[in-house]
Amino acid sequence: MNRRLFSVIGGALLLAVCTPRNDSTARAAAADTVMVEDVQAGATISGKVRFTGTAPRNPSIDMSEEAACKAKYKAPPTEENVVAGAANALANVFVYVKSGVPAGQKFTAPTAAVVLDQDGCRYHPHVLGIMVGQPLEILNTDPVLHNIKAVAKANRPFNVSQPSAGMKTNRTFAAPEVMVNLECNVHGWMKAYLGVRPDPFYAVTGPDGSFSIKGLPPGTYTIEAWHERFGTQTATVTVAGAAPKTQDFTFAAH
Amino acid sequence: MTSVAHAKPGAHDAHHAPMSFWRKYIFSTDHKIIGIQFLFVSLFFLLLGGLLAMQIRWQLGFPGKPMPGGGILPEAMTSGGVILPEYYIQLVTMHGTFMVFFAIMPLLMGVYANFLIPLKIGTHDMAFPRLNMWSFWLAFTAGLIMVAGFFVPDGAARAGWTMYAPLSARPDLSGATYGQLVWCVSIVVLGLSSVLGSVNYITTVINHRAPGMTWFRMPLSVWAIFITAILAVLALPVLQGAAILLLFDQTIGTHFFDPIAGGQALLWQHLFWFFGHPEVYILILPAMGMVSDIIANGSRKPIFGYHSMVFAIVGIAFLGWIVWGHHMFMSGMNPTLGSTFMVSTLLISVPSAIKVFNWLGTMWRGNLKFTVPMLNAVAFVSMFTIGGLSGVFMAATPVDMHIHDTYFIVAHLHYVLFGGSLFALFAAIPYWYPKMFGRMMSEAIGKWHFWLTFITYNLVFFPMHILGMNGEMRRLYDPSQYEFLKPQQGLREFITIAAFSLFAVQFLFLFNFLWSLKRGKKAELNPWQDNGLEWSLPSPAPHGNWDRPPNVYRGPYEFSAPEAGNADFLPQHVKLPTDRDPAAATAPAPAPAH
Amino acid sequence: MHWWLPTAASTFAGPIDGLFLAILIITGIALVIVEVGLVWFSVKYRARPGRKAFYTHGSTRAEVIWTAIPAVTVVALGLVSNHYWVQIKGRNSVPPNAYAIGVHVKQFEWQITYPGPDGQLGTGDDFTVRNQLHVTVNQPTVVRLTSEDVIHSFFIPQFRLKQDAVPGLTINAWFQATKTGEYEIGCAELCGMGHYKMRARVFVHTPEEFTAWMAQQAAGGSE
Repeated sequence: MNRRLFSVIGGALLLAVCTPRNDSTARAAAADTVMVEDVQAGATISGKVRFTGTAPRNPSIDMSEEAACKAKYKAPPTEENVVAGAANALANVFVYVKSGVPAGQKFTAPTAAVVLDQDGCRYHPHVLGIMVGQPLEILNTDPVLHNIKAVAKANRPFNVSQPSAGMKTNRTFAAPEVMVNLECNVHGWMKAYLGVRPDPFYAVTGPDGSFSIKGLPPGTYTIEAWHERFGTQTATVTVAGAAPKTQDFTFAAH
Repeated sequence: MTSVAHAKPGAHDAHHAPMSFWRKYIFSTDHKIIGIQFLFVSLFFLLLGGLLAMQIRWQLGFPGKPMPGGGILPEAMTSGGVILPEYYIQLVTMHGTFMVFFAIMPLLMGVYANFLIPLKIGTHDMAFPRLNMWSFWLAFTAGLIMVAGFFVPDGAARAGWTMYAPLSARPDLSGATYGQLVWCVSIVVLGLSSVLGSVNYITTVINHRAPGMTWFRMPLSVWAIFITAILAVLALPVLQGAAILLLFDQTIGTHFFDPIAGGQALLWQHLFWFFGHPEVYILILPAMGMVSDIIANGSRKPIFGYHSMVFAIVGIAFLGWIVWGHHMFMSGMNPTLGSTFMVSTLLISVPSAIKVFNWLGTMWRGNLKFTVPMLNAVAFVSMFTIGGLSGVFMAATPVDMHIHDTYFIVAHLHYVLFGGSLFALFAAIPYWYPKMFGRMMSEAIGKWHFWLTFITYNLVFFPMHILGMNGEMRRLYDPSQYEFLKPQQGLREFITIAAFSLFAVQFLFLFNFLWSLKRGKKAELNPWQDNGLEWSLPSPAPHGNWDRPPNVYRGPYEFSAPEAGNADFLPQHVKLPTDRDPAAATAPAPAPAH
Repeated sequence: MHWWLPTAASTFAGPIDGLFLAILIITGIALVIVEVGLVWFSVKYRARPGRKAFYTHGSTRAEVIWTAIPAVTVVALGLVSNHYWVQIKGRNSVPPNAYAIGVHVKQFEWQITYPGPDGQLGTGDDFTVRNQLHVTVNQPTVVRLTSEDVIHSFFIPQFRLKQDAVPGLTINAWFQATKTGEYEIGCAELCGMGHYKMRARVFVHTPEEFTAWMAQQAAGGSE
C-alpha cells in the first residue's frame, strides 16, 4: 500500500510539473495517474441525510401553458425544493469531499458523459455531480423549446437553446464549482444544480437520504452536505485503511 | 452648330511618373477608383446580406426543417441543419446591419458621392484625396470586423440591428459574450469612415465647383448627396457615442443603459434613433437625387420644379432631425411626446409627396425612352410611393399601437429600402457604368433582371403588410407557436419561395455587371445623351478628369430646349453663341495632389 | 387565413380600426393617382420618332396645390389621431375604477399577479400565475407592467393593445375587453433567444366566471 501511495504521489507530482493544464488526454497517457478504477480500492464514507421539523410544501407547477409537457403527468407535478422520503429522509443533497484530498493528486475524468435530460419540462436529475473535464450531455426529450442557462462563477457561463426533441448539447467544465445553477427561462420552474469536482469523491442522496463516497485513501477529510433550501453542513471524518466510516447529516427544516 | 469647347481631358496624366499597381488601384487617392472600390466591396456585402436573408426565409417558410447546406454550419448555429433560435436572431441582426451599414449606405455615398461629385461639378478630385482613401479603408476594415462577429465564441450580435439595451449590454442575458462588442467596435470604425467621407463631399461641393456652376445649376444628384453628407457628419457621431457607451456597459462595468445601477434603458433608444432617423434619410436622399437625373434624361425634359425639388430635399433633411420618436411610440416614453412626434412625422410626408408629384410632372408630356436605368428609376417612384404611404399608418399613433414591431413595419422598410434605394441603384449602376469602366452593361439582360426582380420583389414584400395587419410580430423564430399566427404559415411559405426566386434573379445582375467589365459593348462619350459635365469626358474617365475645369453655361436639365436645335439635349458645358463666359470659380481648383 | 384586421375584442378596436380604414382610403386614393399616372404617362408619352418633349421647368401653381392638399390632409389626420391617442395612452387615460393586475415580464415568461378576493393589489391575498391573464368582460382593466431584465412588449392583437415593458419603469396599460373568449399575449420586442416562445393566454370571463375562477385560485390553485 505504501509503495503504491508513494508512486501515486510521485507520479502526480511528475504530472503536475510536466503536463500542460487541462489536457486530460495527456493525463491519461501518463503511467502514474490515479485511474478511476484504483479509487475503488480505498475506504468508503457513507451515511444518511435527514431533516427535523415539518417539510415545507412543494408548490404545484401549473403546466397549462405547455400542453405537451402537461400531458406527460397524471397528477400535477410539484417543484422539487424539498424532496422528502420516509422518516424525513432528505433527497437531492450533494455530499462531497470539500478538502483533505492530498494536494497534487489528479484524477482522470471519465469519458462517459453525465446525462441531464429535459423531460416533461423538468430536469432529470435535479441535482447532479460531474468531474472537471467530464462531458455533460444535455438532452431534450420534450418537443418544445428549452434553453439551458448555466449560471457559473468559476466556469464560463453559457446559454444555449434546444428547440425540438432529440437535440443534444455537450459541455465540459474546466474548474471545480459548487454549485453551477442551471435554469430554463422558458419554463421558470425548471432548475437543476450541478456540482463540479476535481475528484470522484461526491454523491447525491436518493429518496432514502443515503449517500456513499468510495475509494478514499487514508486521511482526514472535510465532508460537506449541500441542499438547495436548507443550506450546507460540514463534518470532519478520518479514514484509515479500508474500514468504512459513517457520517450522517441532519438539517433543520425551514 | 454649337462649338464644343472643353478642357483637354487626360493631359493631367503626363504630369507625374507612372504609378505602381498598388498606388493606382489599391491605395488610390483618385475619387473614381475609390468609388469603384466601394462598389465592389459593397456589392459583396449586399450579396452577404441577401444570403443571411435567405436563411431567415428558410426558417420562416419551413420552420424546424433542416436547411439545405445547413450541415456545414457549426453546432452553435444549427443542429442537424436546423437553424437554432440563437442563430436566427443573429441572422436578423446581421442582415439588417450589413444591408444598412455595409451595402446601401456605402453604395449610395461611398460609391456615388465619390464618383459623381468631382465629375458633376467640374473639378479634378475631392478636396482631400488622401482623407478619401482613408475613408474607404476604414469602411473596409469595419466590414471585416463585423464579419468577424460570426467567428467569435458564442457568435455574432443578436439584439436586432437596432441593438436595444439592456439586452445588448448584458451578455448574460443575450448569450453573446463577444459578438455585441464586435458590433460596437465595427460601428465606431465605420462611423469614422462616414464622417471623413462626408467632410470631403461637403468641402468639395462648397469650394470646388467649376466656373458657372452655381448652386442652382447643380444636378439634383449632387444636391442630394451634399445634403446627405451634412446629415451624415452630424448623425454618425451620435451613433459612435452611443456605441462607445454600450461598449463600456459591456466591458468595464458601467450601467448607462441598465437600471440595475441607475442607468436608463430608454436612453439607448433616444440616442440610437436620433442617429437612426437621419440615417434612413441618408439611405434615400442620394437615391432620389440620382433618380431625378435619370428620369429627366429618360423623359428628355427638364426636371419638373427643380427649385421645389431642392427645397424638398432640404425640408426632408431638416424635418428628419425631429421625428425620431416615432420609432418609440410604444416605448414607455411620455405620451405627450407621442403627440409631438406624430405631428412632425406626418409633416415629413409632404416634401416626399412633392418629389413624387414632380417626378410625375417630369414624365408628363415627355418623350420617354425606357432604357434599363429609366425602367428602374420609374419603378423607384412607384415602389417608394407605396413605402412612403405605408408610413402614414404608423405615423398615426393609435394605429401604430397595433402595427408597431409587426411585419407591417418590415414591409414598409423594405419598400423604401429595396423598392426605393435598391431600385435606384439598379438604375444608377448601369447608368454610370460606362463612365466607370468604358463599357455598357447589357440592355437585354438588364431588362430581364428588371422585370423578374420587380415581379418577385412585390410578391415577397407586399404580403408582409397582411401578415403585419394580423399582428405577426417581428424577429420571431417560429410564429406558429401562436394560435393566431398559425393560419398564416401558408403565406409565410409563399413569401419564402418568392424570396428564393428574387435572390436567384439577382445573379442576372451580378453576371451582367461582371461579364460586361470585359465583354460589354465599348462605350462612347455620352451614351445616354445626357447634359452632365461627366459626359464630356472619355469613357472611362481619365485620372484627374480635366486638365482645366470646364465652364458651365446652364442648368443640368436642358433637354428639348429650343436652343438645342435638332438635338433633344444641351450639355451644361456647351457654349452657345449667346452665352457669356462665367466669372472665375469661387476658389481656384487645386493642383491635383499625390 | 385572415385577410383583414383581427377580431375586434376591446373598446380600442373601434377607433383604431376606423382610423386604419380612413388612412387606407386616403393613401389608397393617393396610390391610385400615382400608379395610374405612372402607367398612363409611360404608355401615352413613350418615345416615338418625330415626337418632341414639352419643354417646361414646372408650374408654381401645381407646386402649391400638391403641397397644400397633402399638408391639410395630414394635419387633419394628426388631429383625429391625437384625439384617440390621448384617450388611449394619455397620462390621465386610465379609468379611475380600473381593475389592477400586475404583470412582471421576464425572459421568457409573463408573471401575472392578481389582487385576490379583496381586489387590492399589494395585499397578502395576492397570487401570481404564469402566462395566464384572466379579466372580466366590459370592465376597465389596467395592467401594471414591470420588467425583470430586458425590454419586452405586451401585445394583445385582438385588443389592439401594445405597450413596452421596460426595466426600471412601471408602466400602466389599460383596456376594456368587449367579447368573452380566449385570446393571446405575444411579446413584441426582441428579448433574446426565447422571444418567440413568450406566449400567454388571455381569458375574458363573464363576471360570474371571473369570481368563480378567483375563488378557485384563492383556495389553492387550479388544474
